[in-house]
Amino acid sequence: MSDSPLLVEHPEHDNPALLHHFATPEQQRNTASLGMWLFLATEVMFFGGMFCAYLVYRYWYYNEFAAGSRSLDIWLGTINTVVLICSSLTVALGVKAAQLGKRKQLVGLLLATLVFGVAFLGIKGIEWYQKYEEHHIPGHSFDVSDIIQNYPQIHIDPSHSQIYFSLYFAMTGLHALHMIVGIGIFAFLTYYSWKGKYGPEYYTPIENGGLYWHFVDIIWIYLFPLLYLIDRKPLR
Amino acid sequence: MATAAVTTERENYLNAEYGIKSWLLTTDHKRIALLYLISITFFFFVGGFFALLIRLELLTPAGDLVLADTYNKLFTMHGQVMVFFFLIPSIPATLGNFLVPMMVGAKDLAFPRINLLSWYLYIAGGLLMLLCILTGGVDTGWTFYTPFSTGFSNTNVTEAGLAIFINGFSSILTGLNFVVTIHRMRAPGMTWSRMPLFLWSTYATSIIFLLGTPVIAITLLLVVMERAFGLGIFDPTRGGDPVLFQHLFWFYSHPAVYIMILPAMGVVSEIIPCFSRKRVFGYKAVAMSSIAIAVFGFLVWAHHMFVAGISLYAALVFSILSYLVALPSAVKVFNWTATMYKGSISFSTPMLYALGFIGLFTIGGLTGLFLACLGIDVHVHDTYFVIAHFHYIMVGGALMGYLGGLHFWWPKITGRMYPEAWGRLSAMIVFIGFNLTFFPQFILGYLGMPRRYWQYPPEFQVLNVFSTAGASILAVGYLLPMVYLLWSLRYGKLAGDNPWGASGLEWTTQSPPTTFNFDETPEVTWEAYDYEHIPLPMEVTLER
Repeated sequence: MSDSPLLVEHPEHDNPALLHHFATPEQQRNTASLGMWLFLATEVMFFGGMFCAYLVYRYWYYNEFAAGSRSLDIWLGTINTVVLICSSLTVALGVKAAQLGKRKQLVGLLLATLVFGVAFLGIKGIEWYQKYEEHHIPGHSFDVSDIIQNYPQIHIDPSHSQIYFSLYFAMTGLHALHMIVGIGIFAFLTYYSWKGKYGPEYYTPIENGGLYWHFVDIIWIYLFPLLYLIDRKPLR
Repeated sequence: MATAAVTTERENYLNAEYGIKSWLLTTDHKRIALLYLISITFFFFVGGFFALLIRLELLTPAGDLVLADTYNKLFTMHGQVMVFFFLIPSIPATLGNFLVPMMVGAKDLAFPRINLLSWYLYIAGGLLMLLCILTGGVDTGWTFYTPFSTGFSNTNVTEAGLAIFINGFSSILTGLNFVVTIHRMRAPGMTWSRMPLFLWSTYATSIIFLLGTPVIAITLLLVVMERAFGLGIFDPTRGGDPVLFQHLFWFYSHPAVYIMILPAMGVVSEIIPCFSRKRVFGYKAVAMSSIAIAVFGFLVWAHHMFVAGISLYAALVFSILSYLVALPSAVKVFNWTATMYKGSISFSTPMLYALGFIGLFTIGGLTGLFLACLGIDVHVHDTYFVIAHFHYIMVGGALMGYLGGLHFWWPKITGRMYPEAWGRLSAMIVFIGFNLTFFPQFILGYLGMPRRYWQYPPEFQVLNVFSTAGASILAVGYLLPMVYLLWSLRYGKLAGDNPWGASGLEWTTQSPPTTFNFDETPEVTWEAYDYEHIPLPMEVTLER
């Protein structure tokens, strides 16, 4: 009893990964998996609040949203989308590698995921820096006169533009925060994969970490069209 | 009682390990329940202290005890501390943590370490809230309404928002643990239709935790970001919409009312059959009404905004939906009453609290219908009528349920009995004090006394004096259990495994239970509340 009760193994089982309060590895795996899915449901609600705000303001201030959207760098955004989709592929292959017990392959795929994740954040950082230089960050030095000059055809209210950029930074910022957490989780998983902790008998952490990664990826799949692709037709 | 102390105690979760580390690093759901019990009791008295100052200020019509600004802070912090740091975690985090694994017949919750993490998140949020209070407080009202909270208030709104944000994750993790445990950890034979009703209501509560709490988290985060970085999402001078904030805020905060009341309903559903010695009437209806309350609860939030400028048609729909919540609530009240009908009722302390709950909840619920009615709501909006209504639900309902449950399971949690006479006395004091405090407020509100003012016209004084007098009686009613429950830890009679002759797996274990609850995984072959077949222990029979 000197250790935490969690570390006390069930006497009937020899599987060291099976925690004491579960009867079978299946029960433990199903439990962890259900927990992860529920957590992702809470994440959907978390981002949902912002998507709701986005919906309302885009409906009200369409011109400003479209103009703000045009000012984003579509190439960097597209490249980032491709980078994230590639990272999801390496994660999916990594889960398979863990299930098959291919340790080296698993470590390689997880490392590739980490590289993609860091690349995404780097590109995102470049985009934010561009916005900083353009004075598009909400606050006292916020200034969209460049956008107004670019589109003399449409009426743009600077304060409504600020709402677009508020949402842009809130949404991509919280997404990036989730990416950082994901990179932390995957660094942890990579280390323990290298140590050989995961294999065909026990790959739940890889699977659940993967679910989280895919979720963060999916959020971006929605953010990209909502923020970058509102209206890209050339204005006449 | 000295002999009791000499008797060698059986090994249980309390004496399995000693030392501060064995508590702060525990993953045992029962110990975490006790950690929560201590921490929420602390915040209850913090919130109660603010309530006391509010009532003292309102004793006289003039604003003479505190400044107007201080009064604003008092009612804000009373609300925030009581709602977020006491009522929401109250039953789920203490009794729920203790009972959910035992009721399903499991050794622990599905994720014991996450359970401990949730307590640490609660403490982190709580400490930040205390810091916010001690460094000057916050004055936005517990509702954080924008644009006052984002653009004008120069009190500690950011700290309070972050404290509640962090505390929200504690709720989410607790809810997640309960849902997964109820789905995946039930003992063989513990089918959904054999589950105690406490589990059904905990399940419904947890669903609200999971789907509602993230929304308040993002809403408060946006408020904090608006203050910190100058975003304009809720700022009307920049095209932002304060009503959007209200929608997002109440999308969580209305269901949060059901987070508070549903677990109390679960507790009452356990107590009533036990002290009536009868199978609960309409098990399925009571179980399903919990789920129905959770579902309807998500569809009525805009009834807080009838005068905030929402469209008339939206208001109509939300009004009708709000009326619908009365249906499952009434199903519960009628079924509890029917359970007692021709039962062999004993008026023990938990039963007194449960009966008090039924009466007060009924009044609170019926006055809720007044507020759901579009016409009357305009008249009583933001008056003391609203204050009285929700205190009947939160204090008369949720808090009575919590105290009833605490007494009911106290012998299981500590292995000791509390002094029954003191228990009954304090239950009566709470009931009388509560009604004296809040019933006059219905009248005050109906006569037009607005909430959140620190002065009022002299003609309202008599009713306010009643209310303040009642609050003092109520305070005695809350301090008494604090004293005699602590007393019973050392001097209380040893309880035995099942002092009430109650059904449910938790009563088949020893009191207090061992660390792993059950020596062998139990196999359930009986229905819940099979009171016709459970013999009363000899002591209880003699007492009757």
